[in-house]
Amino acid sequence: MATTERRTDIGPPHYDKFLHPIIKENYGKWKYHDTLRAGVLVHVGETGSIYTVRAASPRLISTNFIRLMTGLATKYADGYLRFTSRNNVEFLLGNKDNIDPLIKELSDNGVPVGGLNNSISNVVHTQGWVHCHSAATDASGLVKVVMDELYEYFVEMKLPHKLRIAVACCLNMCGAVHASDIAILGLHRTPPRIDHSTLPNLCEIPTTVASCPNNAIRPTSIEGKTTVKVDEDKCMYCGNCFTVCPAMPMADPLNDGVSIWVGGKISNARTEPMFTKLAIPFIPNNPPRWPEVTEAVKNIVEVYAKNAKPYERVGEWINRIGWPKFFDLTGIEFTKYHLDDFRYAGTTYRRSMHNRY
Amino acid sequence: MSDELKTPLLDELEKGPWPSFITDLKSMADRPMVRDLLGQLEKSYRDKQGYWKHGGLVGIMGYGGGVIGRYSAIPDQFPGVSHFHTVRVNQPSGWFYTSEALNEIMDIWDEHGSGLTNMHGSTGDMVLLGTTTKELEPIFRALTAKDWDLGGSGSDLRTPSCCIGPARCENACYDTLALTYNITHKYQDELHRPMFNYKYKIKMSGCPNDCTAAMARSDMAIIGIWKDDIQIDQSAIAEYVDAGFNIQEYVIEKCPTKCITLEGKELKIDDSDCVKCVHCINVLPKALSPGKERGAAIALGGKAPIVDGALFATLIVPFIEIDEENGFEEVHDLLERIWEFWDEHGMNRERIGEFIERVTLKTFLEGIGVEPMPQQITQPRDNPYIFYEEYFEEETE
Repeated sequence: MATTERRTDIGPPHYDKFLHPIIKENYGKWKYHDTLRAGVLVHVGETGSIYTVRAASPRLISTNFIRLMTGLATKYADGYLRFTSRNNVEFLLGNKDNIDPLIKELSDNGVPVGGLNNSISNVVHTQGWVHCHSAATDASGLVKVVMDELYEYFVEMKLPHKLRIAVACCLNMCGAVHASDIAILGLHRTPPRIDHSTLPNLCEIPTTVASCPNNAIRPTSIEGKTTVKVDEDKCMYCGNCFTVCPAMPMADPLNDGVSIWVGGKISNARTEPMFTKLAIPFIPNNPPRWPEVTEAVKNIVEVYAKNAKPYERVGEWINRIGWPKFFDLTGIEFTKYHLDDFRYAGTTYRRSMHNRY
Repeated sequence: MSDELKTPLLDELEKGPWPSFITDLKSMADRPMVRDLLGQLEKSYRDKQGYWKHGGLVGIMGYGGGVIGRYSAIPDQFPGVSHFHTVRVNQPSGWFYTSEALNEIMDIWDEHGSGLTNMHGSTGDMVLLGTTTKELEPIFRALTAKDWDLGGSGSDLRTPSCCIGPARCENACYDTLALTYNITHKYQDELHRPMFNYKYKIKMSGCPNDCTAAMARSDMAIIGIWKDDIQIDQSAIAEYVDAGFNIQEYVIEKCPTKCITLEGKELKIDDSDCVKCVHCINVLPKALSPGKERGAAIALGGKAPIVDGALFATLIVPFIEIDEENGFEEVHDLLERIWEFWDEHGMNRERIGEFIERVTLKTFLEGIGVEPMPQQITQPRDNPYIFYEEYFEEETE
């Protein structure tokens, strides 16, 4: 680089230099928006309109993919594009006539347009086996196979309401799946395997002991060296100890896998935000295409699509019909694992006679 | 590295209509790093487990965060990914770019890294995925020369992020982009040098639709809100009615407080009962918009399960003016009081949400100097175990 000066703490550049001129002019002065078709929006401001074309992205993308996107933005969108909080790519067009050619060129390159309104938008997800030390499954692969199966719901707007899917490859939930309509959550199911030969050098004992939410870890001494032991009956396989102590790995190919959760939402629209709740406690990892997972997710989507009323999110639909009927309609088996036994378990127990028979 | 890259399992992920990350990665398989990443990933798919070591301490001189060390656990088999560090680059507010600016970053990344990215990470940063320790300083120099800086990691202020806000949304109740830019720049030290108990995430959403999922994913959610009446364009309401849109079923019956009525083609809202859920505004964008007295509500403590269970953020300040003229001073003031109290009384690896649960809302509010208000709770306590702090004493002569 030309500069020899070492600049630090300069922060990100001002967003102003990345805004389309029409956006700058109408900043804070938008009147309304309209959906022109799947994946295409118009926002009408005081002095003009901006057209948005929303395209899918696998999130894990190469500079080749990004250059393809910037090339299209230069050709059709005056060089302006953005990304959404769900990792879609949005092209911001001043010229309406560029919408069709842009969509065609995206399509020629295998990139679908959609993800708006009553559709399934892009899937928020994590790193998985591609880049993470604590992953119980892969994330990019799960997203790919699930969206292959649910493709029609991305490119069309035919669901009762929007449906948001997220994938997290362990309980750390970098993908924050706990407030999604459908969450796919990788999990471990066996206690950490302690490497007593390296633990005393790698880990701080008090931090490791304190890391356990269930007080299952205690200091102990083996051959004169201080290490830790795990009360395996208390272990919930959260991996929190592994986060602070590398000598307590969680990966167990035979027992790691995927759980499915439903009914969360983040928006305040109509009803308050809700957490996801457990639907399927465990499906073994079956790469490369996890057929049992895609089938389970598709089943939930289809039962929801068939039974929910307009403007009902998955959680609102389940609250209306009740959980017994949800298990009935989806054919998902209800098990002892659906009964909560952690901190606030009691708040989920039925304490009334309100049930449908 | 074997001579021929064979990935029969990953090849299965090139099938189907959704864009394939494997096809994309393969377009770069002439690079040793990407080639060995594919090789190691194929092994993971075969063995059903990951092969990355627990992160190592690497970084940029003078910075405590922004780079995540990552090493392959089997570097003998895949030397190209023996180092595969992540560089977090602080994104611009609202994730807006020009082709030119993005291409410049891609040039830097092609020269110094794997060429793989996440656009974007869950917190908001641009994530440059895979480089070696010796490339970190050159990458940093090249990025800062083009006016880019690193994001947060570890126990620090994580990179603040925001929704599209007034840049392209008629419902934005404050300028989310401006506040994000302001906070990010004001607290560069807190962002780059971890000195907190644990991470602290701030997310800004312009309305209660909360497009950044701030309530679930951030320690401090700053959500746009208004106090006065929803603005109604009655002629647009009439157009919805004339077009046959079922306002009764899709708007009125969905209103959580049943404060909307339709008389003929005129919509009436009893705003004193409106809880700002924004459903009606979402459904009737041409006719309804938030009121004019706008600001934000601030909620604290949203997080995923680790350590003590997932939490939604708790409403602490029902309304605060977001005053750009005043340099957002009120927000800074509140933020600094929160950090001070958490710093003094919080424990190692205790997020602000768990901290509030432990010390209780009552103690927390006292600690940060915010009055208790009925808006902060769903109901008053239903147990009688009250710790009284004031009582009468016999008068002495």
